[in-house]
Amino acid sequence: MTSIVDTIYNLISYIDIDTNILLLFAIIIPGLVIFVLMALNVMLAVYFERKVAAFMQDRLGPMEVGIFGFKGGKKFWGGIGQIFADTIKLLTKEDIMPAGADKVLMLISPFIIVMGALLTFIGIPFTDGLIVSNFNIGILYIIAMSSVGVIGVILAGWSSNNKWSLYGAMRSAAQIISYEIPIGLTLLLIVIVCGSLQVSEIVAWQAENRWFILHSPFSFIAFFIYFISVVAETNRTPFDIPEAESELVAGWMTEFSGFKWSIFFMSEYANMLIVSLVASFVFLGGWLSPLTIFNIFPESWLLFDGFYWGVFWLFSKAIFLIFVMMWFRWTFPRLRVDQLMYTCWKVFIPFSLANLFLITLWELVL
Amino acid sequence: MSEKIINNISKQFNNSIEYSKENNCIFVINPDKWLEIATFILNDNDLKFDYLMCITGYDLGESSRFGVAYNFYSTSLKHYIEIRVEIDEDIEISSIANLWNAANWHERETFDLYGIKFSNHPDMKRILLPEDWEGHPLRKDYKTPDYYNGMPVPKDKSYWE
Amino acid sequence: MFKVIDKSIISADEMVLNMGPQHPSTHGVLRLKIITDGEIVSKVEPVIGYLHRCFEKHCENLSYEQIVPFTDRCDYLASMHMSHSYSMAVEKLLDVELPERVEYIRVIIAELQRIASHLIAVGAFGLDVGAITPFTWTLRDRERILDLFELLCGARLLYNYVWPGGVSHDLPSKFVERTKEFLDYFEPQIDEYNQLLTTNKIFIERSADVGVLPLNVGVNFGVTGPSLRASGTNFDLRKDEPYSVYSKFDFDVPVGEGLMGTVGDCWDRYYVRVLEMKESVKIIRQAFEGLPSGDVHEVLPKKIRPRKGEAYSRYESARGDVGFYIRSDGKNTPTRLKMRSPAYCNLSVLDEISSGWMISDVITILGSLDIVLGEIDR
Repeated sequence: MTSIVDTIYNLISYIDIDTNILLLFAIIIPGLVIFVLMALNVMLAVYFERKVAAFMQDRLGPMEVGIFGFKGGKKFWGGIGQIFADTIKLLTKEDIMPAGADKVLMLISPFIIVMGALLTFIGIPFTDGLIVSNFNIGILYIIAMSSVGVIGVILAGWSSNNKWSLYGAMRSAAQIISYEIPIGLTLLLIVIVCGSLQVSEIVAWQAENRWFILHSPFSFIAFFIYFISVVAETNRTPFDIPEAESELVAGWMTEFSGFKWSIFFMSEYANMLIVSLVASFVFLGGWLSPLTIFNIFPESWLLFDGFYWGVFWLFSKAIFLIFVMMWFRWTFPRLRVDQLMYTCWKVFIPFSLANLFLITLWELVL
Repeated sequence: MSEKIINNISKQFNNSIEYSKENNCIFVINPDKWLEIATFILNDNDLKFDYLMCITGYDLGESSRFGVAYNFYSTSLKHYIEIRVEIDEDIEISSIANLWNAANWHERETFDLYGIKFSNHPDMKRILLPEDWEGHPLRKDYKTPDYYNGMPVPKDKSYWE
Repeated sequence: MFKVIDKSIISADEMVLNMGPQHPSTHGVLRLKIITDGEIVSKVEPVIGYLHRCFEKHCENLSYEQIVPFTDRCDYLASMHMSHSYSMAVEKLLDVELPERVEYIRVIIAELQRIASHLIAVGAFGLDVGAITPFTWTLRDRERILDLFELLCGARLLYNYVWPGGVSHDLPSKFVERTKEFLDYFEPQIDEYNQLLTTNKIFIERSADVGVLPLNVGVNFGVTGPSLRASGTNFDLRKDEPYSVYSKFDFDVPVGEGLMGTVGDCWDRYYVRVLEMKESVKIIRQAFEGLPSGDVHEVLPKKIRPRKGEAYSRYESARGDVGFYIRSDGKNTPTRLKMRSPAYCNLSVLDEISSGWMISDVITILGSLDIVLGEIDR
């Protein structure tokens, strides 16, 4: 499939300027769109999380703030203006820098983390043909770029000049690096079955055969291992030891306030969106409509398939997975650091390796 | 307190203790024997006072005579005893923190608030008040200090009442 | 697999980590000096005294009736127990015989207060371990109990209700009906909490086998209440030394059995509290059946002037064995009033049972001991 960059380049190629400058424009425009998408995502995700948390805790959440006169009150969309209120508050808060902290590192560490998220978005599709750049090493690129954030975490903890932040940063770095191994191993399954690392090929394979999660019992198990590992990777409960509120105040993010903290926030929710999108298009069929599984309706318009429907299906699957992640957060207690590491190294990695071996046998036999 | 307990203890420590019926407690007249008495009531098979409930210091007012009241209970034999040791100022009572660990913090508190000294205590320092506080507040002749670390202690309440 | 590590193998530099007085998870202003080599704790030293309000010195200048609000403020999560225990000590010196209705009302109030205090203990323990939702649910149910108390005496947290010689107000007309409604609503809720938290695998991994308190160590340190009963004994003052009218009621004393791990671990301390809430519901129902009529102000003295002497009263509060030691000279103010607080002794055992565990476990153990700094510091 073509990519957005190609499309834009072709559109503006009639302007009579140097091709390199045209290429520059064709690259910058999607980048800005992606950034706007991340900002929108964090605004909506924060509101969504507050409402989900509130309804699970038998209360109502934001109810008062409204926009243009629409307040909502006790309805499920109550307090919709909280989206803008939170954003404005975060952007205008005072920026406190503790004495003795490393100023340069404190300034750049949030940006390293969000850079990791932004770079990953380049390889993620939004539907058939709507991908910023269609790498032929798609999946590998995504896994690699999502690891860039670890450096930012360690720098953030170190530069705060605070024993507790350093603790949190070390735990977080160990956690992220350890859980990348099961993620890589489980994503490798579809590469073996489908034969290509390219994202468009993966979804095309799922269109021809079936959704990968239903392909074999091993891929079913792999989905759950993948999902729990990404919950650990994005530092969400039950794996949120680095941000453990009752122990370390806010872990490695304690000393950051105002704009820098909102950048951290943005990167956490962007990471959640990224991993949900990856789970959706690797295991759950991407932009294919669920009705294709059952093969009931032969006519294509009843299948709800197509360009715009594709965006809808992909995002609804991702949002459902994000909802499940939030559901976990408000239900489970958190694991201790050594139990976390035990789960990764002694449970997930052996299972993923066994999975990998068994699915090759499955492919050979069946 | 039953007669049996009192008889049991009196047999061992005839001269050092005195049972007072109106106060319903045992007074230890000879504080030097206190550690022996305490070890006896902990280990003896008919007594077995394994649970130290409370240590209370009190000030008798006249010429700074202090007292320490100990309340014991036996969880296995279900009986209760109260023992009091009354001393002058500057006499040390032996600490029973090695026998009952509950006494550790209670004796620290009694020292903190009254100034009664306990010998052989593993960790004698103030517990409720700051380490640099002067004086022992619960004594009857205690006067609030005028300054604490340079800050004047308010005594004239007309400013806020 | 998560056992105490042999210290002789590790020889790293030890550092002092300070969980300062302001911290989201120490229950009140408590400072913990933790000596650790990075993650494993070798010694924990609690530093208390940040909430010391000179309660005992004040009581020497206040008359006996004026002390009752002060006793409420000692353990503010179980205020009825404090004032009940104080009233019992004063009544020993006054040598009065209370009317039956007063005793029954006091028992009902005490058991409702026990449920309220255990709800916070259970919820806050979940919060320490990381589960945030059970805390909001338990607090929602505690609000109903506080509404009942507000109906009774006008206050939600610090009641000034149990006076030496009686209680301040009789039960309002709707109280019995509303309490029965609450009890019918509350009993199935305990099963909901069990589903969410008690049998949760992650919760069990965090709290089972952690911070085991052997029984003889506990008795030696003076630990009482649910924290001691979790270690295997059924020592409960309501059964062993019955006071008030507890001898008339039929209830069990939950004992820790080590269902999910060793006897006396944090899970046991938590589960004993959950079971105690069920027993309290039983007691309240029996008390309503046998509630006699009468005048609650019959023996309420106008001026309290006890005889010369000393009295020590013992009472089973939500946290353990509360004692009030009062020395009186015949005047209308006590010469010496000492409050033996259960959380004081429960906290002193923290060092003993948390060496060898990790820093996260220190918080779990502290949460399972259920302390309130108000009664530790007085």
